[in-house]
Amino acid sequence: MEKSNTYNDVVVRQFCIMTVVWGIVGMLVGVIIAAQLLWPALNFDIPWLTYSRLRPLHTNAVIFAFGGSALIGASYYVVQRTCHVRLYMDRLASFTFWGWQLVIVLAAITLPLGYTQGKEYAELVWPIDILLTIVWVAYAVVYFGTLFTRRVSHIYVANWFFAAFIITIAILHIVNSLAIPVTLGLSYPIYAGVVDAMVQWWYGHNAVGFFLTAGFLGMMYYFVPKQAGRPVFSYRLSVVHFWSLIAIYMWAGPHHLHYTTLPDWAQSLGMVFSLILLAPSWGGMINGMMTLSGAWHKLRTDPILKFLIVSLSFYGMSTFEGPMMSIKTVNALSHYTDWTIGHVHSGALGWVAMVSIGTMYALIPKVFGREAMYSIKWIDLHFWIATIGVVLYIAAMWIAGVMQGLMWRAVNSDGTLTYTFMESLEATYPYYAVRLLGGVLFFSGMLIMACNVYMTVRSGEKKAVQPVIEPA
Amino acid sequence: MSGFWSIYVIVLVLVTVVGSLWLLQALSTKQVDESEGQSTTKHVWDKDLEEFDNPLPRWWLILFWLTVAYSVGYLVVYPGMGSFAGVAGWSQTGQYDEEIASANKRYGDIYGAFSDVALADLSSDPEAVQLGRNLFQNNCVTCHGSDGRGARGFPNLTDSAWLYGGSPEQIEASISNGRNGVMPALGAVLGDDGLNDVVAHVLSLSGSGAANENGALKFGQMCAACHGADGTGNQLLGAPSLKDDAWLYGGTEVDIKDTLMQGRMNSMPPQRGTLTPDQIRTLVAYVLSMGN
Repeated sequence: MEKSNTYNDVVVRQFCIMTVVWGIVGMLVGVIIAAQLLWPALNFDIPWLTYSRLRPLHTNAVIFAFGGSALIGASYYVVQRTCHVRLYMDRLASFTFWGWQLVIVLAAITLPLGYTQGKEYAELVWPIDILLTIVWVAYAVVYFGTLFTRRVSHIYVANWFFAAFIITIAILHIVNSLAIPVTLGLSYPIYAGVVDAMVQWWYGHNAVGFFLTAGFLGMMYYFVPKQAGRPVFSYRLSVVHFWSLIAIYMWAGPHHLHYTTLPDWAQSLGMVFSLILLAPSWGGMINGMMTLSGAWHKLRTDPILKFLIVSLSFYGMSTFEGPMMSIKTVNALSHYTDWTIGHVHSGALGWVAMVSIGTMYALIPKVFGREAMYSIKWIDLHFWIATIGVVLYIAAMWIAGVMQGLMWRAVNSDGTLTYTFMESLEATYPYYAVRLLGGVLFFSGMLIMACNVYMTVRSGEKKAVQPVIEPA
Repeated sequence: MSGFWSIYVIVLVLVTVVGSLWLLQALSTKQVDESEGQSTTKHVWDKDLEEFDNPLPRWWLILFWLTVAYSVGYLVVYPGMGSFAGVAGWSQTGQYDEEIASANKRYGDIYGAFSDVALADLSSDPEAVQLGRNLFQNNCVTCHGSDGRGARGFPNLTDSAWLYGGSPEQIEASISNGRNGVMPALGAVLGDDGLNDVVAHVLSLSGSGAANENGALKFGQMCAACHGADGTGNQLLGAPSLKDDAWLYGGTEVDIKDTLMQGRMNSMPPQRGTLTPDQIRTLVAYVLSMGN
């Protein structure tokens, strides 16, 4: 068979394996820093192990290493299947894999060493930023090259979301990272003061919107209907929620800067657009969940579908919580508390990680030419451990966050604050313990997954090369 | 905001909202072909990937419209549309001022009750001391510690050493107006030998270490203007006494040498704008009570 008549699954396989590896690494670092909040001595007075350096390592590892590998791998698989062509430029695709891994390894070295440009979720120093830009542009060339050479006229909805994700992340990364280099490890941003803060959160919130939402919705739009064996619920719903989601997300960033020096008008716009964002966000949840109507019974027997559907529930929950927290009066209570951490993790663990895990369980047997994963029981076990872990985590942080918010604003009869910051910290300890337990559970699930993936890949024969399917 | 940017913001907001609503309207009124029941769009990808074209769920449409309606109302009442300030005239600085004014009104009498009591007598009034204690826990502990014992660079308030004086009036002035302390760097002027000699002399002032003749000479030239010839300091300048065992930056040979070499700069922020004069008086009472 001619090579161009087959799918390029080599690069997909590579990204799938690294998704599991980086998932374990990123979540292990998360468990370590959760433990450090409980027992600060766990940094052993070694600078590289301090919370301040491991925290960006954790966020970068789970978002960009784990989530990024899952997204790029899944998008390469989906774009080939839904365009009925082989991936554009094999060697460039291979470069995106090795380039992406290099960025991650450099991050894992520089962040613990204390090299950072001090921007949240964009900590990497400028030389790595440039490397990241090159890799991302290569990814865009491979992806859009495939899309433009497609053999069907209609572009499948999953590809709209992947395309929006790739274009927007490029813009966000470049604009947010603009800086004047001084030395290899030091640069100064070209923005100052509140403008810098606004650019940072325009980037930060759209990283949530386009990396962690649009990208994973692309994943969802292929793997949910495939796994359920049902057509997508509504084409027109996908049109409305896609365009309104990407148009409105762009505005939501200022809700991270309520009651700061950001001008009032910008704060208000951030808040109202966050509220309007609720319906477009839920459009994706409805489309995913309703795809299952007529096939609900499959949830009983298929743990992969459980992962996918529960991830959509967490997605719906956190996209309701987000607009609520962006309301100024709610934000006045929730801001700077652990509620925010709970919110982020209901999105990151409940939605992003679970949809990725479900996708990987569906994808790995396919690209490795196996009938199914080695053990379906283990997937089920993983599902329950992960779900209990997320629930413990976010419930603990909700309680802790609301408690902190209330303690910080409690006043005595003479108008002074009732509690010092230390007292609120002391009161949070039990919840930090519950959070650690939740994190350990979620992390253990990843270890089960690693065993399952290892057994799946090891068993059986040579990897099958799959022919490109003729368009219908 | 200039007129151009104001219009720019307003236009962008309107295009985004109206555009979304137009799309919503266009697709919610699109006719469904009922005759065939639930039909797909007829597009098939990857063998079996298809799409239904079900109508938009009604409750979801209503939710969308409600959030937009609320937002439009919000932008009429509150700032958001460029430089239009909103009909409520709300601003976050205005909200802050209002909250402070209402708090001062509400709690003012509690502190005002002690305004006739002489400052010196206030520290023996347990009620005033308790009020001051609460204020201290809110406003002062970050630097001076919850027990008032301070830390390196932050004075201990429980001992008898005072940089700017320990009388009620002096403490009140320190809290109210703040203080700026500067010790010039003398490393370059004194040179290596000079430094060691002056350090030896300073140590001898508090009884640790032998006298150093050259050090005493240099001290007289370089240091006495602020710290006094005998090293007892000068509270008008905030120059500490070198004869006691209270050391803001440590009293070891290394610490003192470091202080001499690099100099020191420190400041106590004024609390005048944050606390009312009556509140500051109760704070003085508490600070005085700590030393007793």
